[in-house]
Amino acid sequence: MSLRKTPLFERHEAQGARFTEFGGWSMPVEYESITAEHQTVREAAGKFDVSHMGQVRVRGADAEQLLQRLTTNDITALEPGDSHYSMITNEAGVILDDTIVYCLAEEDYLFIPNAGHDEQMTDRWITHRDRWDLKATVDNVTEAFAMVAVQGPEAISLVNREASESVKGLSRFEMREMAVAGVDCRVARTGYTGEDGVEILLPTEHAPALWDDLDCEPIGLGARDTLRTEMGYLLSGQDFHPEDEPRNPYEAGVGFTVQLDTDFVGRDALERVDAEGVEERFIGVMLIDRGIPRHGYEVLEPGGESIGHLTSGTMSPTLGEPIGLGYIDVDHTEPDTLVHVEIRDEPKKAKIRAPPFLPGK
Amino acid sequence: MSYEIPDDRHYLETHEWALVEDGSATIGISDFAQDELGDIVFVELPGEGDAVAQGEDFGVIESIKAISDIYAPLSGTVTAVNDGLESAPELVNDDPYGDGWLIQVDLENPDEVDDLLDADGYRAQIE
Repeated sequence: MSLRKTPLFERHEAQGARFTEFGGWSMPVEYESITAEHQTVREAAGKFDVSHMGQVRVRGADAEQLLQRLTTNDITALEPGDSHYSMITNEAGVILDDTIVYCLAEEDYLFIPNAGHDEQMTDRWITHRDRWDLKATVDNVTEAFAMVAVQGPEAISLVNREASESVKGLSRFEMREMAVAGVDCRVARTGYTGEDGVEILLPTEHAPALWDDLDCEPIGLGARDTLRTEMGYLLSGQDFHPEDEPRNPYEAGVGFTVQLDTDFVGRDALERVDAEGVEERFIGVMLIDRGIPRHGYEVLEPGGESIGHLTSGTMSPTLGEPIGLGYIDVDHTEPDTLVHVEIRDEPKKAKIRAPPFLPGK
Repeated sequence: MSYEIPDDRHYLETHEWALVEDGSATIGISDFAQDELGDIVFVELPGEGDAVAQGEDFGVIESIKAISDIYAPLSGTVTAVNDGLESAPELVNDDPYGDGWLIQVDLENPDEVDDLLDADGYRAQIE
């Protein structure tokens, strides 16, 4: 199967990117250096092509009800121009995907499944709409719209210079329609880096012109991953996966997205989890010994007994310390608890850290 | 993209180099290898006195995005280890044929050099 390409593929090629497959897309993993790109975002601003993220539009008299019953958060809390983070769970309360849901207007919503999940989630919405006999249209608009993230302490002022309206006036998770670099866009104050910034949604054909007008360095998926790992943000398919890493929102540390007073698929299972508590939860580790924590590594208590495993890990470019994220027995998740991470059969000393790893974030 | 491949060294297909002088060899990884790996953040090497065998792995290099075993171009006993890489593994990126060297080995059988690629042979392999 050939890989999907974003409208900015040629731009990345021309800028000397190395490519990787991600969620069925051919995406830039780095241009020059992951570490340098990471620092650019923490210290100034960078632009990311995130057009591989899914975009599914849900419209109609029952659009609100359909989203309410397929996501964990309370959709009725959203006014036009608002968005929120939410989970898509199955009947067992296991996370299928995490998403941002935008309310564009009355009876008009857009949600963002992760890369490669757009078709599956569109099917899920259509199947349930038909089962529940709801009036809503569900359109997979992933390939019709691009998405560009601009992130970093200078991101807002940088986009503001190109925008027809004040980007500074946007509150966190707010989205507004405006022209950026002369192109009609939707601009939302959201992101996946821990820095201030925006995500810009626009028709595919205008993406190259916008990209060229954004006066900052391009950032690849490699730095996107180290930036989100420092913040402890979940990566769909890696930190949770319905088959390989089945987790509910409480285990995954995103219980704040679950509104049990709404009715959604997985609600009853999650009500039980909420009452009974979880055995493992998503937490950070920082290595004391030398080594790099990685996906799949076992975590042991100092006596040698397994107490969990890591799902993500890297050398933190900001801290210069090896950091990991994973699911660990709740009895060992107090910050500063000494644990071991097993790297190539060697136990390496580490301490528990509650993410974000960066102070003040 | 063109990679630096010094003529004074011998190469293994797995991208390690050996600089042979008076029965001992300095060993490192090639410019091509460091570029493929990207930002190197961790290097694990044997200790002085340890034995390494031609074609067998003797350590690990990790970049942000990858883990790579490193293989010995020649057999022998380790006589020196580049300790500077512990605090500055990025030296392998910055200077793979100089300050980014990995180990020095007292050679067991200098004739093993005949099994390695010369610079032209290695260039042909990666281009």
